[in-house]
Amino acid sequence: MEDTIVAVATAPGEAGIGIIRISGEKSLSIINDIFVSKSKKKLSQIDDRRLIYGHIVEKETIIDEVLVAYMKAPHTYTKEDVVEINCHGGMISIRRILELLLKSGAQLAEKGEFTKRAFLNGRIDLSQAEAVIDLISSKTDKGFDVAINQLEGNLSETIQKIREKLLEIIAHLTVTIEYPDEDIEEITYDNLSMQLMAIINETQQLINTAETGKIIREGLRTVIIGKPNVGKSSLLNALLKESRAIVTEVPGTTRDLIEEMIHINGIPLKIIDTAGIRETCDLVEKIGVEKTKESFNIADVIIFILDASQMLTNDDYQIMDLLQEKKAIILFNKMDLPLKADINVVTKLLPNKKIVKASVKKGHGIRELEDTLSEMVYTGEIKQENSLLITNVRHKNLLEKAKSFLEDSMDMIERKEALDFIEIDLKNAWETLGEIIGESITEDIIDEVFSRFCLGK
Amino acid sequence: MTKNFYMGKYDVIVVGAGHAGCEAALSSARLGLNTLVFSINLESIAMMACNPSVGATGKAHLVREIDALGGEMGINIDKASIQSRMLNTAKGPAVHSLRMQADKHLYHTEMKKVLERQENLDIKQGEVVDLFIEDQTVKGVITRTGAFYETKAVILATGTFLKGRIFLGEWSYEGGPSGLSASLELSDNLKKHGLSLRRFKTGTPARVDGKTLNYEKMQEQPGDEETIPFSFTNDNLHKSRVSCWLTYTNKETHSVILDNINRSALYGGQIEGVGPRYCPSIEDKLVRFADKERHQLFIEPEGLDTDEVYIQGMSTSLPEDVQEKFYRTIQGLENAKIVRSAYAIEYDCINPIDLKLTLEHKNFNNLFCAGQFNGSSGYEEAAAQGLMAGINAALKIKEQDPFIIDRSEGYIGVLIDDLVTKGTNEPYRIMTSRAEYRLILRQDNADLRLTEKGYEIGLINDERYKKFVYKKDKINEEMDRIKSTYIVPKEINPFLEKYNSSPVNNRVTLLELLKRPEITYSALSEIDKNRPELDIRIGEQIEIQIKYSGYIGKQMAQVEKFKKLEKRQLSSDLDYTKIEGLRIEAQQKLNTFKPLSVGQASRISGVSPADINVLLINLERERRKKEG
Repeated sequence: MEDTIVAVATAPGEAGIGIIRISGEKSLSIINDIFVSKSKKKLSQIDDRRLIYGHIVEKETIIDEVLVAYMKAPHTYTKEDVVEINCHGGMISIRRILELLLKSGAQLAEKGEFTKRAFLNGRIDLSQAEAVIDLISSKTDKGFDVAINQLEGNLSETIQKIREKLLEIIAHLTVTIEYPDEDIEEITYDNLSMQLMAIINETQQLINTAETGKIIREGLRTVIIGKPNVGKSSLLNALLKESRAIVTEVPGTTRDLIEEMIHINGIPLKIIDTAGIRETCDLVEKIGVEKTKESFNIADVIIFILDASQMLTNDDYQIMDLLQEKKAIILFNKMDLPLKADINVVTKLLPNKKIVKASVKKGHGIRELEDTLSEMVYTGEIKQENSLLITNVRHKNLLEKAKSFLEDSMDMIERKEALDFIEIDLKNAWETLGEIIGESITEDIIDEVFSRFCLGK
Repeated sequence: MTKNFYMGKYDVIVVGAGHAGCEAALSSARLGLNTLVFSINLESIAMMACNPSVGATGKAHLVREIDALGGEMGINIDKASIQSRMLNTAKGPAVHSLRMQADKHLYHTEMKKVLERQENLDIKQGEVVDLFIEDQTVKGVITRTGAFYETKAVILATGTFLKGRIFLGEWSYEGGPSGLSASLELSDNLKKHGLSLRRFKTGTPARVDGKTLNYEKMQEQPGDEETIPFSFTNDNLHKSRVSCWLTYTNKETHSVILDNINRSALYGGQIEGVGPRYCPSIEDKLVRFADKERHQLFIEPEGLDTDEVYIQGMSTSLPEDVQEKFYRTIQGLENAKIVRSAYAIEYDCINPIDLKLTLEHKNFNNLFCAGQFNGSSGYEEAAAQGLMAGINAALKIKEQDPFIIDRSEGYIGVLIDDLVTKGTNEPYRIMTSRAEYRLILRQDNADLRLTEKGYEIGLINDERYKKFVYKKDKINEEMDRIKSTYIVPKEINPFLEKYNSSPVNNRVTLLELLKRPEITYSALSEIDKNRPELDIRIGEQIEIQIKYSGYIGKQMAQVEKFKKLEKRQLSSDLDYTKIEGLRIEAQQKLNTFKPLSVGQASRISGVSPADINVLLINLERERRKKEG
């Protein structure tokens, strides 16, 4: 039986509505696991091609209000049973539904897999085969590699470390299995359980960070701008402290750019600091309008800081002019001091921009800024690329899978099952973790066995 | 070829009568083909040139599979067994592994007898020095004495003889194993024909006069009380008759070896061949694991009618004077007299990726290869390949479909697929961890997995097949009975209490009870009043199948997935450079490997999952084009 696959058919944030598509024999049973219609009836064959209103629920908690359509094979795109979920277009909704579907047994579709199935099942005619091949083989060159490259050192390193620890246990188990007569230190269940517990905890931590989105990949490119002493570096530090997840500090790739990766409500932000925010220099004066424009151009979102205790200056107006066409948040800082800046002028000049009032020094308004930022992302005002969402879900899915293998082995250790059974699930966990970082070779285990143990005649 | 004289015509000629050659010759002859097997010396038929034992992890599985397919190794080791142990009994049934100590001489004479008495099989002492190849097809062999034999197929099973070179410290000379002469000319001629060869290395420890050992200083390792035969055709086996002995190296041993390390052939740089990591020489162990204070060694008797013993764990390429010195530092070996010195041996072999899954050479029609010649190591690995090469040579001549065992059907499949699809950089040894579906590929069910196939090929006779079907039916009947036999709480609870098992409130089936780890099939007989008289091996199957049904079921599901790609066959004349969408590396790899199935293609290094998808699309496109 082919796996039942799932994919997001629309780019999140693009519109008010997101469509998630499921294809395969288990489509109906999977949707019935997580969908409750208004009439509380399960979807069945008779609902073929009807749009049913209801909710996606996880353990009685409503995740989203949706419209679901079930289309019976073979009159579908893939010629398999297909279910389409029309949900709200925000990232959170799509992501949680996707995760639920994976938990219920669907597999994340590979690039072009729906089309591949459509072709293999005879839905698409021969002339379109080329296109299918293009779609799939484009993945070879980019897709997967990019996904791996996207992994910043941290995650990949952590997984690498977990795998190394696992490999050590597996090699020890393998050697006691393959060489029962050799003079090898015995494996005790207590010891095994201790080592494994540590590994499970580390995996769980990774899952937690995946959940809040702390797994770092391409972040949202964020530029903080404002006059000297307006509080840029304080804001950056405040955000960094909030996120407690400084992962990398890469010295500028071009010119003097410094990038900081931080997380706000599960959204990775890449803060781009043109010529160094901490130097508290005046951007417009020092690097000029052109360079400022440049830094604006690469930004997904701009945080413009104004000093509420000062009158607006020429520089401020100049920047506001540049902000017209940009996604930006205006932050009035130093609201704890007597107000001198004319907030009304700003709202008039930039009518569609979100305005946050804050005192960074006193810690006021940071939360509000973060919420404003994430709201802009989740409502789709700021777009995040589809691939990012998918890689995130894919990793989390694999991490969960690895953890469940580890827990299965733990159960077996507690029941004191034979070592060779335990070894099988540990190996599965090791391979699953390897899938995330693109490594999975059984020969590694054998290498490890012979490099660590002295064996043979 | 003018000087050569014609000496006759055969269907199949096997070069070499070691463990691979014997199985190859027997299977070919048993399938009705006129077969000739050559050995440089007939005293070396089925010679155990290294350890006097058969079996152990992975290897035992191979022996059982060979037996289920109608091969000889299992039957022969049962005849020659002088000690039997089941290894790994504290672990799960998938890794239980039988291991037997053999009387080497008996193993040889018994196998020779079988060969001699085999219909359609001729044996000849002689050295094959060249092949006659025409149109990339092998058509004959030429011996050192000028004889030309015409044939339809050749199976090369040259072991360590091919351009063999022996090393003892600074001394080295051309030679085969155990004092026999090497086969030199054949190697050069194979190269001339265009086969590419490479050098591998292996070694063997000294044999010592057992009368000179002090066994009181060693630890005894007796055989099992209950002995189980290897072959499914034998119902029981005689008791273990000898013990092995355990002792250790010490600081003194290590200093003698390390003081002389520069005299070792391995560290002196004389040896160019690649040796196996799992079979290192003692000097290699000391260098690589410098902080290990002692190394374990086993003293294994070489037979009942000899005093020679084998010193397992102590192979070396050090010269004889150093050997004598360090062997005598070991507890119990203080006065040991070496009767055969340890040596390292280097030999020519092919890279197995030049072979098809049938073990036929990709560039030469009807040239089949088996055993160490293919880069493997071990008697059992050799025998398994010999059997498969013999079967496939015979099938090809009879113009029948090839016989291939896949990775989900047997260790034989894992072994051959690993060699042919992945290749190997060292002499290859089977391990249970190389098998993806270990829980299914057990040694206890090898007959259930493969006897049917052996029967279809024609290596299992009607009588044996009937016996097998009877066993299979009995298992099914008993399974049905166990599923449908209910026991009420009143009857079962006292029994459960006795075995520290929690009581039940409602009636339960025997099957449900058997799922409990603490309840065994044999214990259950106390309350199972209607149990029929059954062979112990049937009870074993019932127990394993029920107790581990969860794990086994999981792997069965994986196998089903695996089979899907395995079933998608690829034509051998497919030109992969013409398939658009495949990356260049994949095109090249696929064109060299010419995989038989999409599954095999997916295991070739350098072929990505996306390439496999492209292949699948392409297959579908071709199919539709054909349909019009």
